Amino acid sequence: MAEVLRPEMLDISNDTSSLASPELLHVLAVDDSMVDRKFIERLLRVSSCKVTVVDSATRALQYLGLDGENSSVGFEDLKINLIMTDYSMPGMTGYELLKKIKESSAFREIPVVIMSSENILPRIDRCLEEGAEDFLLKPVKLADVKRLRDSLMKAEERAFKNIMHKRELEANDIYSQLKRAKI
Amino acid sequence: MVLFVCFEQLSPIFLYNSVSWSTLAMNTTVVAQLQRQFQDYIVSLYQQGFLDSQFSELRKLQDEGSPDFVSEVVSLFFDDCSKLINTMSRSLEQPDNVDFKQLDSGVHQLKGSSSSVGARRVKNVCISFKECCDVQNREGCLRCLQQVDYEYKMLKTKLQDLFNLEQQILQAGGTIPQVDIN
Repeated sequence: MAEVLRPEMLDISNDTSSLASPELLHVLAVDDSMVDRKFIERLLRVSSCKVTVVDSATRALQYLGLDGENSSVGFEDLKINLIMTDYSMPGMTGYELLKKIKESSAFREIPVVIMSSENILPRIDRCLEEGAEDFLLKPVKLADVKRLRDSLMKAEERAFKNIMHKRELEANDIYSQLKRAKI
Repeated sequence: MVLFVCFEQLSPIFLYNSVSWSTLAMNTTVVAQLQRQFQDYIVSLYQQGFLDSQFSELRKLQDEGSPDFVSEVVSLFFDDCSKLINTMSRSLEQPDNVDFKQLDSGVHQLKGSSSSVGARRVKNVCISFKECCDVQNREGCLRCLQQVDYEYKMLKTKLQDLFNLEQQILQAGGTIPQVDIN
């Protein structure tokens, strides 16, 4: 005798492990200034974030496995929720880093925030056009990080709700079809 | 009663030791005096333009878990100053061979880190310094370099005094006052 398959019994593959727990946003911070690195690290820790700090865009790419030396395989466990990078850095700038991240299929969804001490409108426009999540003027304040975190949490919550809603609709759809087929 | 008024200023340790009332009263006064001194001193540093509101932001990040955060960041800043000033001094050595590009880079870094710690006077000199770089004014740059050297050393002394006051308050069993400057 066939069982009636109810939506709850369908195996909705649980992808929610990709969403970090609300308390632990993992942030990758990139800045060539030692003073700024120490500051941003503390700022993020105080704001309940897990922090990884690197001193250049090149090292950031190495960390993410995007430097061409390593493949991205094995970096699936690397859960970065946010990248915050200084704009003016020797070698590769924050803008160039932003572009590389947005070009990568593995990391393009990660929000990238640019920080700069210079309030140059064309620069800000360029970064936002390239897909930057936000542009913060240095020196960064606790309130800036809080605002950022809140907006990211809301976006994740919305995305999460959308996923769950979509799955619910899919499950209901399958259930209706099965019911009609009288299984 | 005096003891209850100053209750919050004393760390719990005094409640568990058998200390005589007079010693307790004296310590309370000492702590209160030190706290007042600290408050007045830090306010004067803001008023005289040594520090700006970003320094308050630094202080917000300090707590019992990270009690030396401010002095650590500031120490890194002073190391930065010393290094950058040396490099820039070398860039300015030869009158007909000044690397203004390297100079500009150094000034930019110094301006950035001074801004991050709230070192207002240092930052302001950097602004003038940059202007001299932009027009390739070597004399102006030399003056600015001298001034930036003076200002960072002055600030270093002032902050050392401030941190000493903090230590004295803590050793006397008090807590460091929250001073809000905005």
